[in-house]
Amino acid sequence: MSVVFKKPDALCDVTMHYCPGCTHGIVHRLVAEVIDELGIVGNTVGVAPVGCAVFAYNYFECDMIEAAHGRAPAVATGCKRANPNNIVFTYQGDGDLAAIGTAETVHAASRGENITVIFINNTIYGMTSGQMAPTSLPGQVTTTSPYGRDPRQAGFPIRVCEMLSTLSGTAYCERVSVDCVKNVMQAKKAIKKAFENQIAGKGFSLVEVLSTCPSNWGLSPLESLERLRRDMIPYYPLGVYCDKEPFAAFEEAAK
Amino acid sequence: MKEYNILIAGSGGQGVQTIGKLMTEIGMENGFEVSFIPSYGPEMRGGTSNCGVNISEEPIASPLVVTPTDLVALNLPSLDKFESTVVPGGNIIYDSDLISRKPARDDVNYFAIPFTSLAEKLGVRANMLVSGKLLGVTGLCAPEGAESTIRALTVKRPALFEPNMKALRAGYEL
Amino acid sequence: MSDKILMKGNEALAEAAIRAGCRFFFGYPITPQTQLPEYMAKKMPKIGGTFLQAESEVAAINMVLGAASAGVRVMTSSSSPGISLKAEGISYLAGSDLPAVIVNIQRGGPGLGGIQPSQADYWQATKGLAHGDFRVLSLAPAGIQEAVDLMGTAFDLADKYRMPVMILGDGILGQMMEPVRLPDPVESLPEKPWATTGTKGKRKHNIVNSLYIQPEALEEIVRARYERYAQVEANETRVETWLCDDADIIVTAYGSTARICRNAIRAARADGIKVGMIRPITLWPFPSETYAAHVPHTKAILDVEMSMGQMIDDVRLAVGNAVPVHFFGRTGGVVPTPAEIRARIDEICKEA
Repeated sequence: MSVVFKKPDALCDVTMHYCPGCTHGIVHRLVAEVIDELGIVGNTVGVAPVGCAVFAYNYFECDMIEAAHGRAPAVATGCKRANPNNIVFTYQGDGDLAAIGTAETVHAASRGENITVIFINNTIYGMTSGQMAPTSLPGQVTTTSPYGRDPRQAGFPIRVCEMLSTLSGTAYCERVSVDCVKNVMQAKKAIKKAFENQIAGKGFSLVEVLSTCPSNWGLSPLESLERLRRDMIPYYPLGVYCDKEPFAAFEEAAK
Repeated sequence: MKEYNILIAGSGGQGVQTIGKLMTEIGMENGFEVSFIPSYGPEMRGGTSNCGVNISEEPIASPLVVTPTDLVALNLPSLDKFESTVVPGGNIIYDSDLISRKPARDDVNYFAIPFTSLAEKLGVRANMLVSGKLLGVTGLCAPEGAESTIRALTVKRPALFEPNMKALRAGYEL
Repeated sequence: MSDKILMKGNEALAEAAIRAGCRFFFGYPITPQTQLPEYMAKKMPKIGGTFLQAESEVAAINMVLGAASAGVRVMTSSSSPGISLKAEGISYLAGSDLPAVIVNIQRGGPGLGGIQPSQADYWQATKGLAHGDFRVLSLAPAGIQEAVDLMGTAFDLADKYRMPVMILGDGILGQMMEPVRLPDPVESLPEKPWATTGTKGKRKHNIVNSLYIQPEALEEIVRARYERYAQVEANETRVETWLCDDADIIVTAYGSTARICRNAIRAARADGIKVGMIRPITLWPFPSETYAAHVPHTKAILDVEMSMGQMIDDVRLAVGNAVPVHFFGRTGGVVPTPAEIRARIDEICKEA
């Protein structure tokens, strides 16, 4: 019997805790496939966040570190600086990366830290069950914005790729989605590039993945994918926001 | 037992810390136990600056210089602030170019020396004159005893060795 | 020529760390410890090490955590308000069984406080540094030579017990200069098979983690950690006693304050008053037994601190009601003088 579909080697043979219809599983798989294809599992160190992906350390076959909430880019910095030959990635949600860890994110990017960041944007706090995220859309109902997010009271959502692309140190950031097969394929291409950039020493690479949270959105998995397409993509347009070689450009300019 | 508790005070930029570190190094090179403690604060330049130096034949316990045996005051606020803290029989060296008032005590020895104008006249740095005078007043060592220290400090610019020794000797003779 | 060199405390600590094999420093400037990162910034690039000025204390301690996970000797340093910010990361270091060295050159508090020397972070260093059941091994040098020697010890103990070790100094220790004899650089460092350096396809993945969602699992891991802490208490307690054997009054103090007390004790002895000193060198583990041993033949204890009285809690726990424990302290950055301490000794003599 020929094998037509199997678990990537970089994923552990364990049951994941994610809710039905959650897209974390897809993104985990994409990361694992990329690690397999690049043949780097034995050399990779992942940094898990606080949030729904907190148990990611149990799901990847590579060495893993569990960071404090928001601090994954700082932990990855220390790890990468200590062993520059390791491939170091973080996997973070919107609360982790764009609220409590904004400073760590911005400064790791600004330093051109040679790490890969996988950023899951599902516009909500999943693990603590449905509070407003820094990326929650205007009008979005959450348990801490029960009347809908009012920008006059709670401010505006942060567009992470747009913000980071203004920094000289950011090598690459792209926003992708996992709402359909075509977008999943594009997401994998982006994730692969973000790892390849690190192998090539190009610096800070981030892939923002628009994701769903059926449980906390109160929608079915299919309705969730529709919401992603209908409400999220217009506010968070897909595409490459930044693709440069900061240090090569700097060295060229210095000549 | 020989023991010196030296307090050096003046304004930032006068070389107060340099004098203190130099005395500490010289003490160490001459076989004494030593400690040096600077004042530190938000003023980088122009504020008040002081430092304490302990030189002793015994291990230094408290590194603070609360009741100095020897005080160097390079401006009026320093003399005003620390004059009363000197132990009876102690020494106060001050710059008479910058401090015009009369000494307030009769139980300490005063050395009023116009360091600023003398340094200009001799073409040397005032803080080296002060250091030389401090060696003389304390009797810590003759200028020759400072040679190895000055040589180490000028190792990267050996041309500065002789001018510094000259200033130290001149201060010592004052 | 002397075989010692004159060094500032902050710089001597940095050099001692380098000689102990530390090649990674992450920190953030704050008075009065800034010369330590400055020294690292100058030295590290020349010896193949890494100095990184982080965006915050919070980031710095988490960079320390990342590097510690990777198995290298790593440290950070700060002063009181900065240590509060590092508290989170120190709890995670402890919860992840990671070795690291943290230097606190204390200044006055609370809040922004001041920048002058203080010992008001004793409770923080020895008890409530951050959330959770954990310990930090705290070393309190009284001089620069001791600071240099304890820096090597700090890295060794951190590795041996897989826990964060703190060197608790103050503005005096950080800023003063004394002659030091530097140790030879360490030749070999311990293996760390638990480090996250990549599986190389040769082992199961290593996980550095402090999360245990099952209470029983967390309890088990915390209990195991406390067994290690018991070993630390049994083997690593350090204390200096001085003139205690015939002492009617025992002064107790740590760090710079102990130096100042020494002058007061010498003066009292010269006047025939029998005073001695107990100086804890490890603050946790606290040398309780040393106090208990001297209780039977002493009339009073005088605890002296640059705080409103924090170590005194541990002293009282150690001696119980057997002898009165008196206190003298200055705080906010005010340094006690030998004369003030001597005056307190005289008062106690009169009361006794």
